[in-house]
Amino acid sequence: MKLADVIIGEAIVPELNSKTRDEAIEELIESLATNGVLPKKLAPLAQKAVLEREQQATTGIGRGIALPHAKLKGIRKPIGTIGRSSQGIDFSALDGKPVFSVILLLSSPDNPDEHLQAMEVIFRHVQRDMFRKFLRQADTKEAMTDLINEADELG
Amino acid sequence: MATVETRVEIINKYGLHARPAMQLVETANRFSSKIELSNGTLAVDAKSIMSVMRLAGTKGTILIISADGADAQEAADAIVALVNDGFGEMDEG
Repeated sequence: MKLADVIIGEAIVPELNSKTRDEAIEELIESLATNGVLPKKLAPLAQKAVLEREQQATTGIGRGIALPHAKLKGIRKPIGTIGRSSQGIDFSALDGKPVFSVILLLSSPDNPDEHLQAMEVIFRHVQRDMFRKFLRQADTKEAMTDLINEADELG
Repeated sequence: MATVETRVEIINKYGLHARPAMQLVETANRFSSKIELSNGTLAVDAKSIMSVMRLAGTKGTILIISADGADAQEAADAIVALVNDGFGEMDEG
């Protein structure tokens, strides 16, 4: 599985309008729906599921990264997108710092292994300082998509 | 000082996804010992959340735990207990 298989390029939001965690999640879900990747009728369910998960334990794992996610009936394979906030959003992150890259992931409840594969590929890249830095700097969909493709090439 | 190595199988349906990974990292950080986790292919620092999330161990994966330090045995035991408990998810479908 490659990062480009999970992250839907057209749905990337290079500058989130949202200033809060919940709004950012909604904006990214909206982007998946608008781009035809997420059935529109599932959007409210996705919002509810992702927020429920977020309330259980923050997905702001530190270093400016958050991974809001949920498993949702009606999703066939993992679909994700990335939202960038140049100002930073409060996700109650583990390191107490703002989040600049929000990576939303929706998976099928029937395929736990695929969800883990998606998580693995995301974190393989996100763990790299340079990848996180460039992700934070990329301010267009094209720049972010290029970054993702380059990351996949590097392996 | 002691070095302890042990293995444990992941038994919960969703494996080592985000929430269990965080519980595992939290547990590891309670101990002073250096702790390493491996899924057979990749070895990571058990105290680093971004690293542990890369393990993404599926149900059935054998995790190899290596702990080195004064509380190595307690550290290994605590992690084994957490995994054997299915990270508290065994009631879920």
